[in-house]
Amino acid sequence: MIIKQLTVFLQNDIGRLEELTRILGENDINISALSVAETETYGIMRMIVSDIDKAMDVLKDAEFTVKTTDVLSLQCPDIPGALHRALLVLSGAGISIRYMYGYSDAGIARLILKISDPEKGRELLENHLQSC
Amino acid sequence: MIWNEPKECMSRDERTAEQSQRLKETVNRVYHNVAFYRKKMQELGLEPGDIKGIEDIHKLPFTTKNDLRENYPFGLFAVPKSEIVRVHASSGTTGKPIVVGYTRKDIDLFSEVVARAYCCAGATKDDIVQIAYGYGLFTGGLGMHYGAEKLGAAVVPISGGNTEKQLALMQDFGSTILACTPSYAAFLSEAIEEAGIDKNQLQLKAGIFGAEPWSNEMRAKIEEGLGITAYDIYGLSEIIGPGVSCSCYVQEGLHVAEDHFYPEILDPETLKAVTPGTTGELVFTTITKEGMPLLRYRTRDLASLNYDACACGRTNVRMSKIQGRSDDMLIIRGVNVFPSQVESALLEIEEAKPHYMLIVDRVGTMDTLEIQVEIDDRYFSDEMVELNKVRQKIKHKVESILGISVNINLVEHKTIARSEGKAKRVIDRRKI
Repeated sequence: MIIKQLTVFLQNDIGRLEELTRILGENDINISALSVAETETYGIMRMIVSDIDKAMDVLKDAEFTVKTTDVLSLQCPDIPGALHRALLVLSGAGISIRYMYGYSDAGIARLILKISDPEKGRELLENHLQSC
Repeated sequence: MIWNEPKECMSRDERTAEQSQRLKETVNRVYHNVAFYRKKMQELGLEPGDIKGIEDIHKLPFTTKNDLRENYPFGLFAVPKSEIVRVHASSGTTGKPIVVGYTRKDIDLFSEVVARAYCCAGATKDDIVQIAYGYGLFTGGLGMHYGAEKLGAAVVPISGGNTEKQLALMQDFGSTILACTPSYAAFLSEAIEEAGIDKNQLQLKAGIFGAEPWSNEMRAKIEEGLGITAYDIYGLSEIIGPGVSCSCYVQEGLHVAEDHFYPEILDPETLKAVTPGTTGELVFTTITKEGMPLLRYRTRDLASLNYDACACGRTNVRMSKIQGRSDDMLIIRGVNVFPSQVESALLEIEEAKPHYMLIVDRVGTMDTLEIQVEIDDRYFSDEMVELNKVRQKIKHKVESILGISVNINLVEHKTIARSEGKAKRVIDRRKI
């Protein structure tokens, strides 16, 4: 399904990430997935959180640069080759992947994907995974 | 050797008499030939006859960089264009350069003062001078070139850059004098070491370095690295170019060619003369130039003057090394940079906010310029590729205006301090 991802611009200063997690924790917001893309001087933190509207509000109040993005959230069998077959569906339809992150636990792999056509990708992948 | 002993070693009384005469002639000339100065003097209720000697110089109007810009390109020339044999230009703050024009006599004068500088550095006609200043609109290359020819030395007009060739010719030709910016001299000394060249096999004995501020620590490093004695040369294109002043072997200040360029040190706030020896803004009046004479040009460079006799025998006044600036201009790798240039570049880019900080540093011997720019919420992207595009766009824009490479760093919004008054825009970490 398509869900909202929270994206935060982070300067590479010691303590900046802690400031972010402190605010989320104090506001009872849970993080269920995250990924950080970094450069020498700044990073982008992408997160799936329990209450995105509240997260946006409290982070904006704290002067963080934030935005929301539509991403695709998938569950995929935790077996060799499953991800490869799913990605074949996307490339076959000419859909490109901007970035992705994920993990697997207890037989289920969870993936977050940012793709060029979220709606079409969702439909194709959900159909594909139902048939797995 | 002293190049022009009668002029460089005259007594203070003789000098004052000559300066007075020359100032009167200059004032008379600009009043009648330059509308800008006539108007300025009239506004002050001043006529040429009111200037009876050098002691009256404080009555004259000032000239600023902005006046030169407003009269771009030839508005301050005091002779018909047919008398001009060369123009030079330096980078301006808003795209328009500062233009200066020279008559044939001005070029002779330029060559004369640079020849004095070479002699100050112990050069003679037997020397081979490698000129690694840029040639072109910049006064450095051609100024040092004509001066060396006047002296009768052999000139290697290699210009700046092309380090491998610099080293090859330095060895093959046996160059004895190097003329370039101090940062390039330091860079060359490192390149010599990296190339495994034994500096003792080089014929180099002296270097004449200028066009950017440098410290005594840097001097020591260059002298050690190249096995030479380093001399300081000061100048600015508005006045003539390099050769306005230069250091001698005594190394206690730079002898000003004050028979041509009359120096004053003023408090930059009150514009009143400071007590001798005190640091203030250096102001020059050209008293012999024909093409573009300037009255009381505010250099914005901070220095002090020392009228004591020098052990080298020259009697002209010595100025200290430049202590800083009374405006916010930075000199980075020999290029003049004003924070306002960065600001106008950013204002042309919709993705950037006009909140920025310049961080100047020196890595090894090279100046670096990092510009921190706040990311605009509207252009913040969750994709690194997109953010890098924004960075590249800012980088290209700023580099095209400044003419030097910069490193752009995006920072979170509101992290650059806002200020009600004059915002602090520069952190200079260089030890100058």
